[in-house]
Amino acid sequence: MATTQHLTPAMQRQRNARLRRNGLYLVLIVIGLLAPLAIYPVFLMKVLCFALFACAFNLLLGYAGLLSFGHAAFLATGGYFTGIMLASYPGLTPELGILIGTLAAVVLGTLFGVLAIRRQGIYFAMVTLALAQMMFFFFVQAPFTGGEDGLHGVPRGELFGLISLSDNLNMYYFVFAVFVIGFAIIQRTVHSPYGQVLKAIRENEPRAVSLGYNVDAYKLVAFVLSAGLAGLAGSTKTVVFQLASLTDAHWHMSGEVILMTLLGGVGTLFGPVVGAGLVVSLQTQLAQSPLGNWVSVILGLIFVVCVLSFRSGIVGEIQKMVRKNFK
Amino acid sequence: MTMIFGVPLMVFMGQLMLGLINGAFYALLSLGLAVIFGLLKIVNFAHGAMYMLGAFATLLGLQYLGLNYWVALLLVPLVVGGLGMVIERLILRRIAHLDHLYGLLLTFGLALIFEGTLINFFGVSGSSYPTPTALEGGMNLGFMFLPTYRAWVLVAALVVCLGTWFIIERTRLGAYLRAGTENPALMQAFGVNVPQLITLTYGFGVALAAFAGVLAAPLYPVSPTMGSSLLIVVFAVVVIGGMGSILGAVITGLAMGLIEGLTKVYYPEAANTVIFLVMILVLLLRPAGLFGKEA
Repeated sequence: MATTQHLTPAMQRQRNARLRRNGLYLVLIVIGLLAPLAIYPVFLMKVLCFALFACAFNLLLGYAGLLSFGHAAFLATGGYFTGIMLASYPGLTPELGILIGTLAAVVLGTLFGVLAIRRQGIYFAMVTLALAQMMFFFFVQAPFTGGEDGLHGVPRGELFGLISLSDNLNMYYFVFAVFVIGFAIIQRTVHSPYGQVLKAIRENEPRAVSLGYNVDAYKLVAFVLSAGLAGLAGSTKTVVFQLASLTDAHWHMSGEVILMTLLGGVGTLFGPVVGAGLVVSLQTQLAQSPLGNWVSVILGLIFVVCVLSFRSGIVGEIQKMVRKNFK
Repeated sequence: MTMIFGVPLMVFMGQLMLGLINGAFYALLSLGLAVIFGLLKIVNFAHGAMYMLGAFATLLGLQYLGLNYWVALLLVPLVVGGLGMVIERLILRRIAHLDHLYGLLLTFGLALIFEGTLINFFGVSGSSYPTPTALEGGMNLGFMFLPTYRAWVLVAALVVCLGTWFIIERTRLGAYLRAGTENPALMQAFGVNVPQLITLTYGFGVALAAFAGVLAAPLYPVSPTMGSSLLIVVFAVVVIGGMGSILGAVITGLAMGLIEGLTKVYYPEAANTVIFLVMILVLLLRPAGLFGKEA
């Protein structure tokens, strides 16, 4: 192997790391493709939608250090726009409906982002929460959202006008593809030079400013990207469940996505996926058990425990362990 | 009948009064948030839950222990404030050295626990609390009818707000508090027991929320979710006013209540959202907030 001899040890290590990472992605994709054979596809689709939502949120909190307490607004906006478009224009194919919902979330994300990045830290969280609550009231009152009842019977339609999505397995593979695309966008963003600058801003904002970076522009792009991907998750979820409702716009949903990310591991790529899987499973399991009414109390307890003694999250702790033992 | 921009004077003044009452609650709650934030640097997401606990303790005290309104007004803030001190001592202290965002997340978790537990026992529909007999009825001021209880709420809230301002700005304890806000390490070096001061401050802020809860019990339906929706509006009020100034918090709270009341008269559809719209306007024109000094 002539080429490897010219590599420095550092480059060699980097190359090995990349190979390992690509191998891991390949294994995970195969698992994703085989999963519906073993597990109920509708449940898997729910997990994937929330996993994408949490990954989008994590892009903002984990890599830009911005805690948004209003991400439910983007999930709901994506969902409602997709739902309305698909319900009122029967000729529209689902992928176009999802595209429209995502664009709506991008537009809203730009508006929110411009306002929210004018304040830092704690205030940023409060501003996003207040803006999302405003959207909640808007969705309650707007004539086209179905108010408290929500939008029901959104048709799943036929993908590209060819493949019927009423079949759960077809639907699953479409959702899986959407998730992989969304995840790939986040993965590329995080590992790009842009992502490095974002991390620099997270670590030390004044320093990034003094190095000449337009910090506000970087933050805004991250916010819009995160909002758009959250909207994509909401749009896809609407197509899967043929439903868009106020639950998605409620501040509890903004809290849930924070919990998923925190539990799985803030600032890790796979953390939000693990967290979403756990929280959705927990909710599903609890809903069928006598503890069904205690879901929100149990989520609150997990929140408290996570913040007190488990701040790196599951994936974060695993990474720490791996680093300690294999270095 | 006198009309103001096409609205009868009585209706106009009535809505304005309702707005002012809401404003008094915004003022009390944002004041408590500001006091806690000053020393602990935590945005207390459990503040709405503490307000709700205050109202619930009042209701349950009457139903099960026969405690009347006046006893509750004195006792409930002490009990809930005590609960706050326990929470600070056992939980919040452990994360004091971390990023302030963790404080927000932790208190959010606590809020979920309190709210969820009470929903399990009492459901989400509200119960009503009788107006205390001494404050029943009302007066006709000629231009409007003023229910005595509402007048009492306004006076009590303002007295407590001004009292808090007095304690913080004009007493020795308040001087410690302000100094602790600026530089806790130096305070500790001067021999002031800062951890104790922090526990007391959190307890006091929580007691203010519980006091607001007692005042609210006869006015609004007492339900486990009464705090959370109110708290989000209070957050917007805090963003508008900034948390740097006590009087600023009080004035902003009252003003936002009035604006909400006015909106109810002329464009009821926007009454829920008008405070958020004001927040957007403030963010565009004066990002640091009306009374804020950006850190």
